[in-house]
Amino acid sequence: MAGFDKVVSSYEQAMAGLEDNMTVIAGGFGLCGIPENLISEIKRRGTKGLTVVSNNCGVDDFGLGVLLPGRQIKKIIASYVGENAEFERQMMANELKVELTPQGTLAEKMRAGGAGIPAFFTATGYGTPVAEGKEERQFDGRHYILEEAIKGDFAIVKAWKADRYGNLIFRKTARNFNPLAATAGKITVVEVEEIVEPGDLDPDQIHTPGIYVNRIILGSFEKRIEQRTVRCAK
Amino acid sequence: MALSREQIAQRVAQEIQDGFYVNLGIGIPTLVANYLPDDIEVMLQSENGLLGMGQFPTEDEIDADLINAGKQTVTVAKGASFFDSAESFAMIRGGHVDLTVLGAFEVDVNGNIASYMIPGKLIKGMGGAMDLVAGAENIIVTMTHASKHGQSKLLKQCSLPLTGKGCIKKVLTDLAFIEIKEGKFHLLERAPGVSVEEIKRLTEGELVVSDNVPEMQF
Repeated sequence: MAGFDKVVSSYEQAMAGLEDNMTVIAGGFGLCGIPENLISEIKRRGTKGLTVVSNNCGVDDFGLGVLLPGRQIKKIIASYVGENAEFERQMMANELKVELTPQGTLAEKMRAGGAGIPAFFTATGYGTPVAEGKEERQFDGRHYILEEAIKGDFAIVKAWKADRYGNLIFRKTARNFNPLAATAGKITVVEVEEIVEPGDLDPDQIHTPGIYVNRIILGSFEKRIEQRTVRCAK
Repeated sequence: MALSREQIAQRVAQEIQDGFYVNLGIGIPTLVANYLPDDIEVMLQSENGLLGMGQFPTEDEIDADLINAGKQTVTVAKGASFFDSAESFAMIRGGHVDLTVLGAFEVDVNGNIASYMIPGKLIKGMGGAMDLVAGAENIIVTMTHASKHGQSKLLKQCSLPLTGKGCIKKVLTDLAFIEIKEGKFHLLERAPGVSVEEIKRLTEGELVVSDNVPEMQF
């Protein structure tokens, strides 16, 4: 009996059950904290017609960008999609549907999706193209628009450490959308740099409790840097 | 003379007070951090999940897990904290950030701002800009006053898709510091050596000018 042990031993097992036309929510901001090996596994499987929910869509040869040449993504919900030539080409040719969503609204959509809140009002986007077709309401004289929650068939997440029960700790700004994505998947798959035994993580320090997590896999990561900026050492 | 990018950043920095939490956008706003006075304490918020952004790292300090909203490698300042994206935008939407500085393509007399999209040309997305303009009480927009071809960016009505409606009250351009209220631009300060006439000529929206408009001090 596996009990609460959620560790799987292959990427194939980690993404088992992913089918064409599913919705996949991915953590990460730019190339920071992205589930890079889970994305590669989706590429390997050749799954098509995916709706991908992620702040960005990677670059041409890394991150979610690797799913573009095989036309695996049908629609992407993202806040910023620059830095990717093939993405731009597919978008301009209407081969790829893009739903631009403000970053904070995107985060809240995931949070709401995981928390059983079907929709929420936000002032973000009122009076802009984002508000088109959405219900508007005033509270205390301010205008708000109704935004709906997002849930995924799968959520793919990168964390720093996990215990076998799926309790997660993230590292620095690689946290970003990952804890939110983790809550919003019917099946949440997490790849990590280190797996420890239950009880080894301080319960006070856990960012995502294991209840949200279905599968854990140990990975090794390239962690590519998009904008390497340095100052001179004095 | 028109202000340089550095001078625009320098003038914005004068608006930052001791104890402020500040979000700086990409481009000129990022440069503001270089001109913060030494005698005040300021925390920089980076919307990807960092409060207390430090300077760029040395080669030895580079960490792929530590970047800012412009995806540049950074370090943390003393007293910094990390958090997820929902928490980050709770700070922003909830009005907890004291000052937001961001760039724009156009602003108009009603405080509308267009900054994220040129239809048919530039479609990259709004990132956090729509949340920032919707959430902050105190926003300074930095931009050039007019295009290279002399077309005003301070308009009667924005022509590009909006990032936010009725949310901008202050604009600092390379020529002028302007307040937006009651459907008009009000000229607060002019760049050293720039005449009121030149600013008027390059401002499409109605510009209110007092008898004596001071030059910016650096």
